Amino acid sequence: MGNFLLKRIIATIPVMIIVAIIVFTLIRLVPGDPAAVIAGNMATNEDIARIRTELGLDRSFLTQLGIWGKGLITGDLGQSFFFKKDVVGLIGERLEPTMALAFLTIVITVVIAVPLGTLAAWRHGGWLDRALMGFSVLGFSIPVFVLGYLLVYFFSLKLDWFPVQGYKPFSDGVGPWLHHLLLPAFTLSIVYVALIARVTRASVAEALTEDYVRTARAKGLPESRVLIRHALANAAVPIVTVIGIGIALLIGGVVVTESVFSIPGLGTLTVDAVLARDFPVIQGVILFFAFLYVVVNLLVDMSYLFLDPRIRY
Amino acid sequence: MSAVLSVRNLSVALPTGADRALAAENISFEVNAGEILCLLGESGSGKSVISFAVMGLLPDNVRVSAGEILLGNENLLTLSPAALRGKRGDDIAMVFQEPMTALNPVMTCGDQLDELLAEHTQLSANERKAKTLAMFEAVKLPEPDRIFSSYPHQLSGGQRQRIMIAMALILEPKLLIADEPTTALDVTTQAEVLALIKTLQRERGTAVLFITHDMGVVAEIADRVVVLQNGKQVEAGTKDQVLRQPREAYTRMLIASVPGTEPPAEGITHDGAALLSVVGLGKTYSSGGWFQKKRITEAAKGVSFTLHPGETVGIVGESGSGKSTVARCITRLIDPTIGDMQLGNTRLDGVSRDSLKLARKRIQIIFQDPYRSLDPRQRVGEAIIEGPLNFGVSRNSAMARARDLMNLVRLSPDVLSRYPNEFSGGQRQRISIARALALDPEVLICDEAVSALDVSVQAQVLKLLEEIQAKLNLAILFITHDLRVAAQICDRVLVMRRGEVVEQGTARDVFITPKHAYTQRLLASAPGRGFEFATQTTSGHL
Repeated sequence: MGNFLLKRIIATIPVMIIVAIIVFTLIRLVPGDPAAVIAGNMATNEDIARIRTELGLDRSFLTQLGIWGKGLITGDLGQSFFFKKDVVGLIGERLEPTMALAFLTIVITVVIAVPLGTLAAWRHGGWLDRALMGFSVLGFSIPVFVLGYLLVYFFSLKLDWFPVQGYKPFSDGVGPWLHHLLLPAFTLSIVYVALIARVTRASVAEALTEDYVRTARAKGLPESRVLIRHALANAAVPIVTVIGIGIALLIGGVVVTESVFSIPGLGTLTVDAVLARDFPVIQGVILFFAFLYVVVNLLVDMSYLFLDPRIRY
Repeated sequence: MSAVLSVRNLSVALPTGADRALAAENISFEVNAGEILCLLGESGSGKSVISFAVMGLLPDNVRVSAGEILLGNENLLTLSPAALRGKRGDDIAMVFQEPMTALNPVMTCGDQLDELLAEHTQLSANERKAKTLAMFEAVKLPEPDRIFSSYPHQLSGGQRQRIMIAMALILEPKLLIADEPTTALDVTTQAEVLALIKTLQRERGTAVLFITHDMGVVAEIADRVVVLQNGKQVEAGTKDQVLRQPREAYTRMLIASVPGTEPPAEGITHDGAALLSVVGLGKTYSSGGWFQKKRITEAAKGVSFTLHPGETVGIVGESGSGKSTVARCITRLIDPTIGDMQLGNTRLDGVSRDSLKLARKRIQIIFQDPYRSLDPRQRVGEAIIEGPLNFGVSRNSAMARARDLMNLVRLSPDVLSRYPNEFSGGQRQRISIARALALDPEVLICDEAVSALDVSVQAQVLKLLEEIQAKLNLAILFITHDLRVAAQICDRVLVMRRGEVVEQGTARDVFITPKHAYTQRLLASAPGRGFEFATQTTSGHL
C-alpha cells in the first residue's frame, strides 16, 4: 500500500504540470487585456504600456511561463494584478468559507441520500422509491441559482429563519457559522442528494439480489442488519466513488452558489479575478482546484482498501 | 422416528404471466431426525422453491397457495415473520450451492458466524469465538485461527463450503436444508464435503433435506428420495427403491440418462496422419512488475497430443487444471507461450492472427453456458450465418445452409428468426452446435459443452454430437470435468492437473486401469460409483 501511495503521488506531478500549462495558455488566448482593465477608462496608451511592463506582460509567452513555472516549484503562485497581494495568501484567506460550504454540503448530502437510497432499494417499487425517483428528476433539473433564490425568498425573506446572505467564520462560533451556511449548503446539496440517492438505490438493490443476502436472511438476522451490514457494506464502493465525483463537482459548483449567497470564498474570488483579468489569481485558483480534485481521487481510491478486502493495490 | 419436517399438500403459486401457474403442486413428504431426504429433479422441477418455502424466504411475488409446512408440530406458514426469523439459522439452517457468492465478501469468516451466534444466543464475545473455532475444527478446516480472520476470497471453494456448513450446523439445528451444496465444487472436493455432511448429520442426528439434480450424489448420500418434475411429485421411496426399481417412466428415463463410469467396449483406433497435433504446448501468465514481486503462473505446461478425423479426445480435469487454457490456445483465442500446433499442413502457432483467418474456420468451439454464449439481441439465424457471411458466402446460400443445419440438430428451420431467450438450455446448445458447424469445421472443440445441461438433455445433446460426428467425420476435442461423460464419449483421454497432463491413453485404459495416483483419486471421488446406473446412453462409441 505504501508503494501504491508513492506511485500515485509521483503520478500527480505530470498531471499538475499539464494542467498548469493548459491553464496558462488558455487564459492568454481569451480576449481582454489586464493592463487596460487596471488602467481604467481614462488611461492613455502609454499608461497601459507602462502597466503592462510592470506586470511583465510585455515579455514573450515562454518567458512568462518560465517565470511562473519557477515560482510554482517553490510554492509561489505569483502576485495578484488587481489585489496587489500574494496569490497563495489570497487563496488562503478565501479557503475557509469554500471548504466549510463544501464540507457541510457533503455531510448533508450523505446523511440524507444514503439512508434514503438504501430504504428505496429495500422497498423497491414502493411509495418511497417512487417519491425518491420523482424527487431526483426534480433535483437534477432545477438549476442551483433558481433553487437558491427560491429558498432565500421563503426561508430568509418570508420566514426570516436564515440570513439572506453573508458568511461568519468558524472562529465566531459554531452557531452563527452554521446559521449562515445552512441554507446555501442545503441548496447546493439538492442535486447531489438526487445523484447519490439514485446511485445508492441502484447499488444496494443489486446487492440485495446477491446470494450472501439470502444467506444473511437464512441466518435469521433482522432486516436492519441484513440491509446495513450485508447489502450496504457491499454496495459501498460505487457509492463512495460517486461521492468523490460529487466533491469534485461541488468545488466547481461553489462559484455559482457563493455568488447567489454572497459568500466571500474561492468562488467569488474566481469571479472577481476573471472580471479583472487577474491572470495570476485565475491560474492559481484553477490549479488549486485541480490539486484538490487529484487529492479527492486519491482518497477515494484509498478508501476502497477499507471498503472491500478483495481490492489490493 | 418422529418427523422433524412434514410438508403436506404444499402448493406454491407463481405470479401471473409465468410459464406455469404453480411452481410446486400438491407436494407431500416428511424428513425424520437423523435422515437425509433427497429432493431430486432437473431445472424447473420446483425443488428449490420448496426449500425456500420451508425457510420462509420465497420472493415477494411467489407465495404458498395451499398446504402446510410443519416443523415438529408447529406450522411455519402461520408463524409471524419475527417468530419465523427466530427459527431461521437456529432450528432450520441452510447451505447453498455457490459458496463463493453465498458468503459476504466484505466480512471475515469469523464475523459471519459470530453475528449468527450473537443473534440467536446469549453467549459472550469470548464464548462465541471459542464456539466458532471449535466448529471450524469440527468441519476440518485447517488453522481455525487464521480462517477466523480470513475473508472468503482468501479460501478455496471447498474451504468456503466448509464455512457454510459450519455456519449452518453450529447451532445444532433440527433441520438442515442443503441446496445443491456440492454442485459448484470439484469432484474430489465434492466427495470430501459429502462425507463431511454425512458424518456431522449422523453425529448430531440432524434431519437433512438435500436438494440435488445429480443422481450420483443421491446414490452417495440419500436415505430416501422424492423425484420431482415440473413442480409435481413423480415418486418417492427409499434410495434403493427409487434407484433400483423405479416405478415411473420419468424416473427410469432420468436414471437411464446418467452416463456410466465405465467406457464402452474398445473402439476403433485412429491411425494415419493426425489432423491436429500439439507438441509441448505451454502458457504462462505473469503478473506484478514495477514495484511488486513478479508472479508467474503456469496455466499449461508441456501438453502434447494428436487428434485424428472422426476421433474424440477428451481432456478431463478439475478447475484450474488448464484444460480450457489448452482449448483457447488451440483456437488462438489466447496466444500460447511455447509449443507447436499444427492443423493438417498449417501451422497455428507463431503466425499472426490475420493469417489465421482461414485456419480459424476449420476449428470451431462450443462453450459451456448456452445462456451466455449466444448474443441475446441477435436472432439465432443471424448468429448462425454470421460466420459464413464473414467468409464471403452469399446471404441466401448461408441461410439455406442454416436451415439444413437446423434440421441436422433437430430443430425446426422456422425458428431461425427467433431470439435466444425463446429457447430452452438444450435447444440453445443445439443452436450453438449449428452455429459452430456452419463454417464446416474439421475440428470441433466442446468446452464443457454439456455441463450446464440437465442430465436428460445432456444425454440427447451427446447423442446428437455422436451422430453428427459420424456423418461429417469430425474430430472432437471434448473438455470436461465430468468423468462419466468423458468415459462414455471419448476414444482417448488426457487427464490434466495443475497445467500438466498426468496421464493419457485410451478411455478404457485410463478409466479401468488408471496408472497415475491422481487419476485413481479422481475416479474414486466420482459420486454414485456403487450404482452402475446406465445401461450405456450412447450406443457404444462415437
